[in-house]
Amino acid sequence: MSTEFEITETLDVKGQSCPMPVVKTKQAIDDLSEGEVLKVVATDSGSMSDIEGWANSTDGVELLDQQEGEDVYKHYVEKTA
Amino acid sequence: MSTDTSPSSADETGEEMADEGSDPAALQARIEALEAQVGEMEDDGQKKMTIIATQGSFDMAYPPLILASTAAAFDWDVVVFHTFWALDILHEENSKNLKLSAVGNPNMPIPNALAALPGMDALATRMMRSKIEENGTATIEELIDLSLDQGVDLQACQMTMELMDYDEDEFYDGVTTDVGAATALEHMADADIQLLV
Repeated sequence: MSTEFEITETLDVKGQSCPMPVVKTKQAIDDLSEGEVLKVVATDSGSMSDIEGWANSTDGVELLDQQEGEDVYKHYVEKTA
Repeated sequence: MSTDTSPSSADETGEEMADEGSDPAALQARIEALEAQVGEMEDDGQKKMTIIATQGSFDMAYPPLILASTAAAFDWDVVVFHTFWALDILHEENSKNLKLSAVGNPNMPIPNALAALPGMDALATRMMRSKIEENGTATIEELIDLSLDQGVDLQACQMTMELMDYDEDEFYDGVTTDVGAATALEHMADADIQLLV
């Protein structure tokens, strides 16, 4: 499946579990500029719900897409403000 | 339907508006001022969470730290007030040696009679630590560093510090000391979420 947005940075949190995927995503987003997109690669199955929940409750970020692969979960988050 | 069922907040603004009478320009200005006020209230929507941590066993150190570091990632204003045994979580040396209790824990697959034997707490703790490492779960130290880095206010209750003969130099850098119940209550009164762990 192709993505129609440009990825600025990729964050690898494979092998890490709650709360690391969310906390590290937040830290990586803080280092980006408005309009840039972070790709997060995780193996934590809870990251699908957790990163969505975080993005929904946090200002200045938008979850563009989530993909579930074989044991790998990919999240695309844009910094919007 | 009657129109005089307006909520009390509208009554208050109604009183202020009485002076301005029916002058449309004054009313317009008033509406703009109120809109700005509402806008400010909405902007100040940062959530607050206060956690009171009282437990210092290895397993009970995790929930407050996980919630605090995650809430900080939500940009919330977070205070964790540590009292009694939870002070060990902030204690640089003791935090590395937190123990799990094998006795009186019905979730442990060890009968109490065996769990009470010397060395069983250490064994249970070792088993849990290796599970945590295997699972890629963060360590207590990592969660403390993450929380402090993200601006979580980790507070150490002064009264219990003195009770246990702890010096603030023994705590992680960045831990807030010289605080008591009133400081915790002040934050709790304003908080959206208050938890006792």
